[in-house]
Amino acid sequence: MGLWPVRPAELHSAETAKADSMSAGRTDWKSIFRRAEERDVSTTIIRNGRVIDPANRRDEVVDLVIVDGRIADLSAIRNPQSAIAEIDATDLIVVPGLIDIHVHLREPGFGWKETIESGARAAAAGGFTTVVCMPNTAPVADNPATITWIKNRAAEIACVNILPTGSISKNLLGEELAPIGSLRQTGAVAITDDGHCVQNHELMRRAVEYARMVGIPVLDHCQDYNLVGNGVVNEGYWSTLLGLPGWPAAGEEAMVMRNILLAELCNHPIHCQHISTAGSVRLIREARARGVKISGEVCPHHIALTDDAIQNFETNFKMNPPLRSQHDVDAIVQGIADGTFTILASDHAPHAQFEKEVEFDAAPFGIVGLETELGLFLDLLIHKKRAITINRLVEMYTVEPAKLLNIEAGTLSPGARGDVTIIDANLDWRVNTSEFESLSRNTPFGGWKLRGRAVRTIVNGETVWELNRSKRPSKIAATA
Amino acid sequence: MTRARESEPTVVSKLETRTDLRWSRKDLLGLRELSAEEINFVLDTADAFKQVGTREIKKVPALRGKTLVNFFVEPSTRTRTSFELAAFRLSADVINISVATSSLTKGETLKDTAKNLEALHADILVLRHSSAGAPQFLAERLQSSVINAGDGAHEHPTQGLLDLYTIREKKGRVDGLHVVIVGDILFSRVARSNIFALTKLGARVTLLGPSTLVPGAFERLGVTISHDIDQVLPTADVVNLLRIQHERQRKEYFPGLGEYVRLFGLTKERAKLLRPECLIMHPGPINRGVEIDSEVADGNQSVILDQVTNGLAVRMAVLYLCGGIAT
Repeated sequence: MGLWPVRPAELHSAETAKADSMSAGRTDWKSIFRRAEERDVSTTIIRNGRVIDPANRRDEVVDLVIVDGRIADLSAIRNPQSAIAEIDATDLIVVPGLIDIHVHLREPGFGWKETIESGARAAAAGGFTTVVCMPNTAPVADNPATITWIKNRAAEIACVNILPTGSISKNLLGEELAPIGSLRQTGAVAITDDGHCVQNHELMRRAVEYARMVGIPVLDHCQDYNLVGNGVVNEGYWSTLLGLPGWPAAGEEAMVMRNILLAELCNHPIHCQHISTAGSVRLIREARARGVKISGEVCPHHIALTDDAIQNFETNFKMNPPLRSQHDVDAIVQGIADGTFTILASDHAPHAQFEKEVEFDAAPFGIVGLETELGLFLDLLIHKKRAITINRLVEMYTVEPAKLLNIEAGTLSPGARGDVTIIDANLDWRVNTSEFESLSRNTPFGGWKLRGRAVRTIVNGETVWELNRSKRPSKIAATA
Repeated sequence: MTRARESEPTVVSKLETRTDLRWSRKDLLGLRELSAEEINFVLDTADAFKQVGTREIKKVPALRGKTLVNFFVEPSTRTRTSFELAAFRLSADVINISVATSSLTKGETLKDTAKNLEALHADILVLRHSSAGAPQFLAERLQSSVINAGDGAHEHPTQGLLDLYTIREKKGRVDGLHVVIVGDILFSRVARSNIFALTKLGARVTLLGPSTLVPGAFERLGVTISHDIDQVLPTADVVNLLRIQHERQRKEYFPGLGEYVRLFGLTKERAKLLRPECLIMHPGPINRGVEIDSEVADGNQSVILDQVTNGLAVRMAVLYLCGGIAT
């Protein structure tokens, strides 16, 4: 990074100065607590919760204190009774604010599907304190002005942290490189052409090399356009039966393989988004065993559903990549269990009802996911399949994405941002789309009964969302 | 006039009694969801209507006062004409809307266009559409009866029914017959409707064609796949040839028409491999000299024109049964 004068990404550039003054080791806790006790700054104590902080290998029932928007060192508190706000977390799990690395907020350009404001509310309601938004907006986030606009809009209106990504290629056309260095300098945390895929391997190679220079990872939506053609559903039994154009597994695997070769060639991380096939799992597993900087993410629908769900041509089961077979589902769950996959994400893709309520092959791909993903993963991975521990699940939503993106988040270390999610892992609840904070309702999970969900979301020490409270998620007015 | 008046009540009253017993669908979307009993019932009903076509007055009042819309969002001449004529023979009022004149080209959604037609009190909507599932999409949203006249590569149920009707008429049964379907199976809605119905009624089905257009996944539908026409033809009871449209195919699926004829065309020479009683069928329009030689198409084993005649009777039966439920 010596050649490239950019610091690790800050969540909000406006807070850079404060973060610098408070970085670990130099924090003057005494003066902070004195001010807290004098009620100059806000103090919150989350009592009696099971604190899981994978970054610090911590898993214990303990109180957690947030002072002035930062996680505080418990031992530094002389009199915890003086906390201004108390939250009872008995029987609940207290974790670092969750990060969703794959979200479409649709702004600028598609405000009828979602806005930065509504998407952030949906994130808060799903337990997420940080979301990474994709660049396929209008205009495309292939220029510094659009990145700046998104950051400014988020600072103004969003109740959670919004981290923009920039595109790999100009206008997502896969023909020439976007100004990746400028995108990085204005705040893009990664580059991706998500929704599209750079087909030209030479262009992709140069993008990865360039991204390495500027120090950001490359995220890739893996789809070979020739193999996939006009495919809309998994190529297999159901595409054959229904006469719908098939999207073969090899169409994903060819690009996963390409990315493995380029990550190796360029010695730089490439993260394969929304992996859907057993073959991709095998490729990524083998490459990671060799030390290649390749990673993969899993979305809940790719383990919750198979392609037999499409038999009534219901467009809320249409996403890209498509729902696959049970064989693929089993392989992906195995990949989560054995550590092949490091990251869980939603691919939250809002579309209006009128856009989805059309002929199957004419409908846009994608479903909303922010408000159901944690519940689905808790229910499926922890309760039903027992594939991983809850500690690993938390790690996949915090430490792992923070490490990939090189951002300051995903930990409860003293001095870290006061972003906390409180989870009730055993709460039985039913997905009710009419209660969604998202502007869109395009989910196949309406009515599903799930076990486990977030019950409170805290950003910068302030509760931005809480279950069963009429208060809707909102931007907390910044205290001077 | 007199003769017609006398016979009308017999046909219609006979059917109405049976309708109550055996048919409860407002829509015909595909043959996959029909039971063998339902398929046979439509074919039996078509028997009665076929007889109407031989009369001097070829019209019954079964759908008098009903409005049928032929809504074709993909070009078609023969299917549309057949439905139109079937509706006329049932005394329905018919309007035809094709894609060139519809609002779909102005950006209106399929749902809105169909809702508008329903607001004009259309009782029956006959839909041809390039998207698989479009008829089901409308059937779930409309009170009107929806008849699938072909949706993408999914189903073409009235074609499947008329093929079955023709086989049953000529062979006296479907059960136990060996039916060979030749050509572009992957993109064919006719093939799928035939496969679903034939296997339900107990026929043995072999799919034949280039491996790119007859992929192995079809075996899971309960059929046999072959790429060797000379080996299959001698045991066939029925050969159903599908139209090959190389101009519309993506070029990577097969090398060209010359190669297709050499490997899969039903040439005069190959026709000699057939049993004399084997039926030769084709949903039309035929490409003489491509999937079938001209002489074979016109030969005495060919029932291609019987299919057209039977299509009318089958479509009358379908409109009558579904149209009766819709109200």
